[in-house]
Amino acid sequence: MTDVASPPGRAGARRLTRRQRARLRRLGVYGVTLVVAAWLVVVTDWGRLQEAFFDPTIFGDQFPDMVTRAARNTITFTVLSFAIALALGLMFALLRLSPIRPYRWFAVVYIEVFRGVPALITIFAIGFAIPIALGTRVPGRYGAGCLALGIVYSAYMAETIRAGIEAVPRGQLEAARSLGMTQARAMATIVIPQAFRIVIPPLTNELVSLIKDTSLLYVLGTTADTIEITKFARDEVGRTFSITPLVAAALVYLAITVPLTRVVAVLEARGRRAR
Amino acid sequence: MSDAASTHAIEIDELHKYFGDLEVLKGIDFVVDPRDVVCVIGPPGSGKSTLLRCVNRLEDPTSGRILIEGVDITDPDTDVDAVRRRIGMVFQQFNLFPHLDVMGNLTIAQRRVLHRSKGEAQEVAAQMLDRVGLAEKVREYPARLSGGQQQRVAIARALCMNPDMMLFDEATSALDPELVGEVLAVMRSLAEEGMTMMVVTHEMGFARRVADRVVFMDGGVVVEEGPPASILDDPTHDRTRRFLSQVAER
Repeated sequence: MTDVASPPGRAGARRLTRRQRARLRRLGVYGVTLVVAAWLVVVTDWGRLQEAFFDPTIFGDQFPDMVTRAARNTITFTVLSFAIALALGLMFALLRLSPIRPYRWFAVVYIEVFRGVPALITIFAIGFAIPIALGTRVPGRYGAGCLALGIVYSAYMAETIRAGIEAVPRGQLEAARSLGMTQARAMATIVIPQAFRIVIPPLTNELVSLIKDTSLLYVLGTTADTIEITKFARDEVGRTFSITPLVAAALVYLAITVPLTRVVAVLEARGRRAR
Repeated sequence: MSDAASTHAIEIDELHKYFGDLEVLKGIDFVVDPRDVVCVIGPPGSGKSTLLRCVNRLEDPTSGRILIEGVDITDPDTDVDAVRRRIGMVFQQFNLFPHLDVMGNLTIAQRRVLHRSKGEAQEVAAQMLDRVGLAEKVREYPARLSGGQQQRVAIARALCMNPDMMLFDEATSALDPELVGEVLAVMRSLAEEGMTMMVVTHEMGFARRVADRVVFMDGGVVVEEGPPASILDDPTHDRTRRFLSQVAER
């Protein structure tokens, strides 16, 4: 085999093929990474670290309660907020694409406002302003908070879903209309199902981010019934003077988000077959 | 013959269409009678596809009238969806629904528009699929079919609605040359069964053998029309002659 890449003068044992050089480079990267990791392991004071961040007694004490009570609430908030966000998001995406100008304006204002204002402020506004303004509370123990989070996330989702709808080729709508479907029917059965397939990855991002943002709901006040993971962990930190509950909280969040994103990846792969 | 007007399948009067300032159709008059096959030929940009798309209102005409079996579809009070149900359309890019398998493509409009039962819709679908020679592909997704097969499924999909007439918008232009024949064969058998067809095409051989009438368009007007032999072999206009000398007949 002649090696066109190396100069002819430097012959002999030092000459490496391109493949050999690539392997050497890769081994170099692995080697450096290993050395750094080993150094960190040696240098770290594991005893003190464990004392502060992972006290097994504290962990064992509050972990079951965190999972059965706090995690359940986090999931409930997430599911409710996501359902509200998806419904409103789809509606505002369609308004944003409407041929009727005032509908479009309304959608643009809504999206800009709720995307631009911090979620915390929107939660305050819905939680405290609505009761004052309308003299009535949003029903349900979680109602106001989930409505607020749903509204905030619907602003993001509206833009995501709109992009998905616009990514469906125009010929799809034309084919559906040429078969006699009304505009609404064609959107519902042909365009929107394809659009959702396109936006599954960004919507998954938004769902994961929503799971974490349910921790903002504590500002509306929590009871033993409505406490979610982060608030639970912070209360425990205050009680035990250990960081361990926060580490436990991190693990619980991961236990929710990682399987979720894996499931979505599988669904996505299955959907791709049909395309 | 006072009934004559209402017996035209398609009647187009003084049709104008602008895209912005650009006048694409400059006063088209045109009829297609039931069971007729009319081929519309002409250079790119002549307005032939726009004309076809106006016939089922995928484009809104700027002025003029289009009557489908006597119903004025340019009248804002006309139920366009009801008229479209009677007109099958086949697109250059097939436009099959990628998220549905072949059976789904063929049944969805039957179910949702004609409100046929699932069993009935599937029966019609199987029949039409057989007619285009693809009975064994019921459960395939469009992405797994060749271009020629996709276009034949698209024709079957339109036929499932039992249309009174079919529009073909350059149905073979996006196909590899070796796949054109199978689609033309299906179109030809449809013509032989007496389907009313308006066909925008570059296939001069098809126009010669199948068309009852050939219409030559250029620059947004109908330059001339007549039986295929007289238009294709003995055109009266220079523009027609020039166009024909540029397209090779297969």
